Amino acid sequence: MTHTVTAAGDPLPALPGGAPYDVTVIGAGVVGTAIARELARYPLRTALVEASDDIGNGTSKANTAILHTGFDAVPGTLEARLVREGQRRLSAYAADTGIPVERVGALLVAWDAEQLAALPALLAKAEANGYRAARLLDADEVAEREPHLGPGALGGLEVPDESVICPWTTPLAFATQAVRAGVHLHLDCPVRDIEPGSTVHTLTTGRGPLRTRFLINAAGLYADEIDRRFGHDVFTVTPRRGQLIVFDKLARDLVRHILLPVPTSAGKGVLVAPTVFGNVLLGPTAEELDDKTATESTQEGIALLREKGRRILPRLLDEEVTAVYAGLRAATGQEDYRIQEYPGRRYIAVGGIRSTGLTASMAIADHVTGLLARTGLDPGTPAELEPLTMPGLGEAAERPYLNAELIARDPAYGTLVCHCERVTAGEIRDALAATLPPRSVAGLARRTRAGNGRCQGFHCGAGLRALIEGNGP
Amino acid sequence: MTRRERTVDVLVVGAGPAGLGAAAELAASGVRRVEVLEREQSAGGIPRHCHHAGFGSSRPNGGTSGPEYARRSTAAAARAGATLRTGITVTGWAGPRTLDATGPGGLERITAHAVVLATGARERPRSARLVPGTRPAGVYTTGELQQAVHIHHQHIGTRAVIVGDEPVGIAAADTLRAAGVEVVARVTDRPAALPAALGRHHGAPLLTRTTVTALAGSPRLTGVAVRHGDGRTTTLPCDTVVFTGDWIPDHELARRGDVPLDPGTRGPAHDAAYRTHAPGVFAAGNLLHAVERAGTAAAEGRALAAPVRRHLATGAWPAGRAALTVAAPLEWIAPNLTGPDGDRPTGNRFILRTGRPLTAPLLVVRQDGLELYRRRLLRPARPGRPLHLPADWLDRADPHGGTVRVSVG
Repeated sequence: MTHTVTAAGDPLPALPGGAPYDVTVIGAGVVGTAIARELARYPLRTALVEASDDIGNGTSKANTAILHTGFDAVPGTLEARLVREGQRRLSAYAADTGIPVERVGALLVAWDAEQLAALPALLAKAEANGYRAARLLDADEVAEREPHLGPGALGGLEVPDESVICPWTTPLAFATQAVRAGVHLHLDCPVRDIEPGSTVHTLTTGRGPLRTRFLINAAGLYADEIDRRFGHDVFTVTPRRGQLIVFDKLARDLVRHILLPVPTSAGKGVLVAPTVFGNVLLGPTAEELDDKTATESTQEGIALLREKGRRILPRLLDEEVTAVYAGLRAATGQEDYRIQEYPGRRYIAVGGIRSTGLTASMAIADHVTGLLARTGLDPGTPAELEPLTMPGLGEAAERPYLNAELIARDPAYGTLVCHCERVTAGEIRDALAATLPPRSVAGLARRTRAGNGRCQGFHCGAGLRALIEGNGP
Repeated sequence: MTRRERTVDVLVVGAGPAGLGAAAELAASGVRRVEVLEREQSAGGIPRHCHHAGFGSSRPNGGTSGPEYARRSTAAAARAGATLRTGITVTGWAGPRTLDATGPGGLERITAHAVVLATGARERPRSARLVPGTRPAGVYTTGELQQAVHIHHQHIGTRAVIVGDEPVGIAAADTLRAAGVEVVARVTDRPAALPAALGRHHGAPLLTRTTVTALAGSPRLTGVAVRHGDGRTTTLPCDTVVFTGDWIPDHELARRGDVPLDPGTRGPAHDAAYRTHAPGVFAAGNLLHAVERAGTAAAEGRALAAPVRRHLATGAWPAGRAALTVAAPLEWIAPNLTGPDGDRPTGNRFILRTGRPLTAPLLVVRQDGLELYRRRLLRPARPGRPLHLPADWLDRADPHGGTVRVSVG
């Protein structure tokens, strides 16, 4: 099957007989790509349209990279159910496709009496959410589990199934499978206007009109604006900025679990977590903003993180910083997702997917596909998707540079290009030839890790740029 | 076993000036199996993409260009009989003097009688300096900029700001001009340099006591926000910014091998014979003191040949050497361990750095309450530039005594 991926400068393809798409998904973040993948199982003409030049390029690329158990969700909410179910689905999918996951477990560490007093209620909440493996730890047990913790930890709650996951490979796997199964992916294709119709909606995009019978709004930070095109005024997305600091790999041995804050009346603290790439993450801040493009870090944010990080893991602050980034979560002022079907309009809003969206993505996709049938679409009989194997980016797997058989077959896997992250020429070549090749140095980094390391391009940045530009249009 | 296992006499990690200097001298002095592993595709190290003159000379415009210097040092090591292998990356340790490596020919495990770490240094990138703001295109270190311009001939931009007042900032300015980029300002949070060092080579104003507070613009840089010493803030419009200097040793391999670091340099602690705390593991060059000139790194590489040979012959390794430390405003000293064998550092002097300008610093060396040295330097000392302390007093230090402290009196 030919793959249809279009980008700036390409015309939107005309379907045979001038037919509209059956379903169009707006937004190729982790939720939109998961939905597109689910729809790809059915005999439908499906489009996935994305405003930017890559999938997973908004909120999805800048999160805390945690695969949650949902132990602390508000019991009874849609979010609680979809996170729980999504965690099971994504864990299994990751194991099948090679998406890096490490089950490191989480510790909620109590640093004062109020936090300590809050732990039993959190344990009860976990059990109300059907999660039964959590356990209270005393101060000695916490110290034994995390020997580098700062002084003053009074106790903790252990959640052994919390995991870290690669936030970039996940939507890339979804989108790759969707495109290979026939979904049309249109990048650089912002939706500027929507003319809802009685049988067909017409989207005005940056690359011309696009007609579709059914529409799914997974536009993340912009989901409220898309929703208003249908005359709704149900929710407003308030970007909540989270700044994060990534510490050098030499800090990895300082921490064994995801160290979660205990939420109290004083607010939610910051977490310290290993990453699947062998780094340590500190963050996020939580800043309510009104600018949906404000993904810059700030002096105050970095100072706050460093102050809190010093309390949690003092030695972390002695290590070099590899990266600082900020992401915007799509908060809507409601402690639940905003997923709503409109049968008469052949439209589904998938809004308010907050930081748990990565975990819940596959369950959201399944849920939304079910709603689609209730909206009046008979999707037909689902088929199995072709299996997919993603490049193993995680430190827990055997990376190509350590794989003697692979190098013997193809010496390009023995030639390192990015030394900090140990990315080989073979992996970069594969990424450039993939179903969804990178279109920028940042896109290459999300697919291979190349350039993401401690030197941030001092050694290989110019060479990587040459590879991307040589691959250009 | 999927790794090819081998043994050599000396394994040198890194084919920059220090590694090549060590390999050339070791091979020339009769050590039979000297092997150098270089992860880049060509040997020579950082000078390969430094197109300014001054290499192999103490005068800024003397000597040769970087690439020519890299070629000559590579050829000299090869001619002496060292085995140079490029495109081979050392990935970790399998034993005290056993290293694992990856190359297109497969995986190797190489055991050496002596290991020389010469992995060099890098400039801290924007993120490590905790500069807030957007993450736009157009942000470089000098290292990346020089490769972009001189090796890949890439388009850079039109207007650039240079951050940092170390000598490498001048090289960055030259590279930018060669690429047709206008340098609108150089920015440093340090105070103005001493008058003697001002002048020359400018064209762009040097804004002192000025801190970069944020980068602006997305997807491309549009400006660098700064705060001046008097509290005024402004944004310098530009599409390119180069973060220069602020070097950090590439010390990861050393740390992975549990080779203890000096807290000041962040490179392996070492004595005047370039011996680290790990028996059989030597180190040289800018891994030890980020950064000195290529010539200094090369001289250290050559200087460690004699102690390496001594170690190969006797297997001896000193224990419990007293450390050398500095007091502010001094930032570090190298070498930073005393040695029991009467070895003297290269050029019979220690290298130091100061955090602030000093007009004519009085250097004082003490150990266990005893003053070993006191002398006023005639030359001013500036941040980011070497300051030297003669090593004459080293024989009077007790290698088994307390910490040797160097301060500005």
